[in-house]
Amino acid sequence: MSGELNHLLSLASAGKLSRREFVGRAGALGVSSALAGTMLSTAAFSDTPVKGGVLRAGVQGGQSTDSLDPALAASDVPFLINSTWGETLVDAGLKGQVEMRVAEEVSSNKDATQWMFKIRKGVEYHNGATLTADDVVATLKRHTDEKAQSGALGIVKGIKEMKAEGDMVTLTLEAANADLPFLMADYHLMIQPGGGMDNAAAGIGSGPYKITENEPGVRTAFEKHANYWDANRGFADQVEVLSINDNTARTAAIQAGQIHLMNRIDPKIVELLNGNTDVVIERAAGPGHYVFIMECTKAPFENNDLRMELKLAINRQEMVDKILGGMGSRGNDFPINAAYPLFDDSIPQREYDAAAAAAAYKKSGHDGSPILLQVAPGAFPGAVEAAQLFQASANAAGIPLQVKLEPDDGYWSNVWNVAPFCASYWGGRPVQDQMYSTAYLSTADWNDTKMIDPHFDQVLIAARGELDQTKRKAMYSELANIVRDTGGLICPMFNDWVEGRRKEVGGWVANPAGTLMDGKALSMCWLSA
Amino acid sequence: MRIPVSALIGITMTSVFVLSAVFAPWIAPYPIDAAVGGVWEGPSSRFWLGTDTIGRDILSRLIYGGSVTIFVALVSSLLSFSMGAFFGFLAATRGGWVDTGLSRLVDLMMAVPSLIVALVVLSVLPLNLTVLILVMGVLDSTRVFRLSRAVAVDIAVMDYVEAAKLRGERQGWIIFREILPNALTPLVAEFGLRFIFAVLFISTLSFLGLGIQPPLSDWGGMVRENKDGLVYGKAAAMMPALAIAVLAISVNLVADWILSRTSSLKGGRGG
Amino acid sequence: MHPLIKLVVQRLALGLILLLAVSVVIFLGVEMLPGDTAQAILGQSATPEALANMRESLGLNQPAVTRYLTWLGHALQGDLGVALTNKKDIAHAIGQRLGNTLFLAACAGMIAVPLAIGLGLTAARYAGRWPDKLISGITLATISLPEFVAAYFVIYLLTQVFPVFQPVSMVFPGMSFIERLHAVALPVIVLVMVVLAHMMRMTRAAILNVMQSAYIETAELKGLSPMQVIWRHALPNAVAPIISVVVINLAYLVVGVVVVEVVFSYNALGQYLVDHVAKRDLPVVQAVGIIFAAVYIGLNILADLIGVIANPRLRHPK
Repeated sequence: MSGELNHLLSLASAGKLSRREFVGRAGALGVSSALAGTMLSTAAFSDTPVKGGVLRAGVQGGQSTDSLDPALAASDVPFLINSTWGETLVDAGLKGQVEMRVAEEVSSNKDATQWMFKIRKGVEYHNGATLTADDVVATLKRHTDEKAQSGALGIVKGIKEMKAEGDMVTLTLEAANADLPFLMADYHLMIQPGGGMDNAAAGIGSGPYKITENEPGVRTAFEKHANYWDANRGFADQVEVLSINDNTARTAAIQAGQIHLMNRIDPKIVELLNGNTDVVIERAAGPGHYVFIMECTKAPFENNDLRMELKLAINRQEMVDKILGGMGSRGNDFPINAAYPLFDDSIPQREYDAAAAAAAYKKSGHDGSPILLQVAPGAFPGAVEAAQLFQASANAAGIPLQVKLEPDDGYWSNVWNVAPFCASYWGGRPVQDQMYSTAYLSTADWNDTKMIDPHFDQVLIAARGELDQTKRKAMYSELANIVRDTGGLICPMFNDWVEGRRKEVGGWVANPAGTLMDGKALSMCWLSA
Repeated sequence: MRIPVSALIGITMTSVFVLSAVFAPWIAPYPIDAAVGGVWEGPSSRFWLGTDTIGRDILSRLIYGGSVTIFVALVSSLLSFSMGAFFGFLAATRGGWVDTGLSRLVDLMMAVPSLIVALVVLSVLPLNLTVLILVMGVLDSTRVFRLSRAVAVDIAVMDYVEAAKLRGERQGWIIFREILPNALTPLVAEFGLRFIFAVLFISTLSFLGLGIQPPLSDWGGMVRENKDGLVYGKAAAMMPALAIAVLAISVNLVADWILSRTSSLKGGRGG
Repeated sequence: MHPLIKLVVQRLALGLILLLAVSVVIFLGVEMLPGDTAQAILGQSATPEALANMRESLGLNQPAVTRYLTWLGHALQGDLGVALTNKKDIAHAIGQRLGNTLFLAACAGMIAVPLAIGLGLTAARYAGRWPDKLISGITLATISLPEFVAAYFVIYLLTQVFPVFQPVSMVFPGMSFIERLHAVALPVIVLVMVVLAHMMRMTRAAILNVMQSAYIETAELKGLSPMQVIWRHALPNAVAPIISVVVINLAYLVVGVVVVEVVFSYNALGQYLVDHVAKRDLPVVQAVGIIFAAVYIGLNILADLIGVIANPRLRHPK
């Protein structure tokens, strides 16, 4: 054990360093958080919440076009804002379980086609009204309406019938779905008074903080919701979300103490920041991944040999090292990693293999014309650089890959899901079924690789209703192998969440499900001045 | 003719930049697109100026990038100057509806936010160097127009211009023989700056995804690619920024020298 | 009517017509951009039904001419409408942000313009000697930095090394005037660095240009000091090009500072425009575009006017 580590440990035992701080600093010394936790288990110290103060988060991903309507939330700033004023029925828990929020009990019938949620009593909205089962049904109904343009439409579409009786909400599904509670944790599904039918963008919910000022793309200020039901959330008197899109300014702001929490630290500067004792870097390995997608129905990508040759011609380790600065893990050409329950870790890792790629290229009989990869700076952080690394490794295998730079402006409407080969990203989903159903089912709206495979669809739908976890895991393993070996997805890397907090911020818990503790950082952290 | 030291430095540096740009393939130590080192390595004997955000040699990229940076900036500035100055002088000497028409057209072009203009033009037209140069040249010529007109309006009412008009000289003669020599000083000063603005504008376009196609990159684009390392003193971002600054100063040293020559040339003429 | 007043009236009338033309150009421009608001809002989540629904509810299905005329009709009555994207009142949002834009531009302009002209005069006075070279060298170095580099530089210097200012400059209601000044300090410094060289060099060049004239020699022969010559005789005759460049830079401080706004998270019009262009939110783009155009046209009228007043020969045309 190094001297530095001993010193930290003694500080922690003396109560001068919180548990989170200890784990964070030990991590900087190369100690895994699990090991650091074990080291501390003997050291007695308290990590009790402190009330009061103004807690500020500086977040990338806000625009002046943002709305408070949770149905429309897409980027990090609205996500954090909505998660601070609103609450969902349940949360996705840290150990792959569901955690009760507005609902206090969940149960289902035997074949998982009908789900019952018991609504917590005495939950009060910021406007003084009480949250009812009717509000829950109205909220879900609003998201099923095409006119609401909800990002959760795909989730609620499969609900055949919704019913509110007393404090019970009953959802009857079109087909069995063992994962339904996880779907209700989706961040679009904030419960709103009257379902938000009157004014969806009012920003009134039952969360721990209520909005006092909101200037989209600039700043949203909150104060504590006095009658909030859960004593374990909402410690600061006031919280603020500042929209700071520039990486350097955001990092400087946390160093200067202008903000206490920040998202998206550029992984490349983490090492450079480690010298700063005021800021603690928090990492969590999540389900988000950066991808290159080939449309399996368009020339020349309808040829599986050609798809395979490109999959073999990408150097995943180099991507993780250079694009993610090591803050992530290699992908394996299917959209699932260890962040998901029922992940099969026995599927062999695909490696860069110039010889095999060249052989597959020869077999594909491609005419030698350039294979165009379309990319924009905003496709994902480092997309243009990643594409150029891909080009270099593919060219080394004799594959005529060529990068074409597209404008950010209009990329998601003109290139993604239109061009045969382009860069994109996925934020991931809480469960495997949702990820596959969103983007790999033949009929999915977002099937951006255009993989059409009836057998795949069949297994996916069967797995959804399968309650035997062993069988289910085997089915997901089969799906993973189908995508990996025949799909149009090239998945070089899964990106970690790399975020920062000031050392005086207590209560941080790494949560891989989403940015800034899955949106709960402002609700669950405190300032221990 | 004695050339001052500052001008000599300017001419030497500018020539070094231009020559290394022209002979890039022969003098660059590495190919432009090869990731030959680690991320953001500092200067070393292998990589004289360090490596960039994905491990490419900065020196090689600067040498290759210099050709596109200097060429595009130079040609588009020349274009904007010839267009802007010609029409500006024309408007000033002709006056009347020619002046009003040209001036208001320029007002219109300048009044529409240039972001919108650049986005529209570059998403409608095919994206290549020619279009890029044309767009930059035309957008910039509006600024040159206003300056040239402002200068020429003052000159056009001078007695010697009136005299030339009375002598019955042709429009072209008046513009090139009377107005141009007397307006040259501010224009040459402006040229040096416009050139820098052009260098910086290319990098803005690259940032929007509308500029130079990878793996080639202009110098401003290189600063941008490595910008997150800037405040931590990473060579990758400093070197191209430094290159732009040295180029800017060199070009302007030359401009200053020309400027002092034109002012002394002009001594006997005019007023 | 006095010819100057006539000129002003004429130019103002022409300016209004120009504004109308600008609104048409912007409308056509945004129409020509690929994609529409519905696609931009839905982004990755655009399904054909969702798109159709959204176009319907936003009124994007009507012909372009109808939409333009509807907008124009409302705008002429002072009704700018609501943003398509988040249904926020445009006039309210613009009111705040225009104030912020003008505040930043005014702060930067009030420092940069006198400083640039002062430095330019000094450089011209000592042309070819060391003060001239020093001023030229420094201003050239600052201007050749891309704006974000200059911004990062001052962030590093003034928030990390000497922590006197805050890296994030956003201003909001409830802040006092002093607090606002403190908040915008860094963007002001950057903007001054960016616009200084242009105006300074033009001042120097324009002064040197007229210094060669016969009447300057006369003044010098009369025994006036070099600074007096520059101030009383050279400057008035060099005003036109200087004003022309000052105006271009002032306009730039109002309409062209989006990069600085983004780096410092300053909530002004540039960022607001860029966000809404990306979403093809026409009513907002139109409104901001018209404001920017009006600033430009107004400043240009002012410049031409000062040019005429400053030059006696233009003031009394033969």
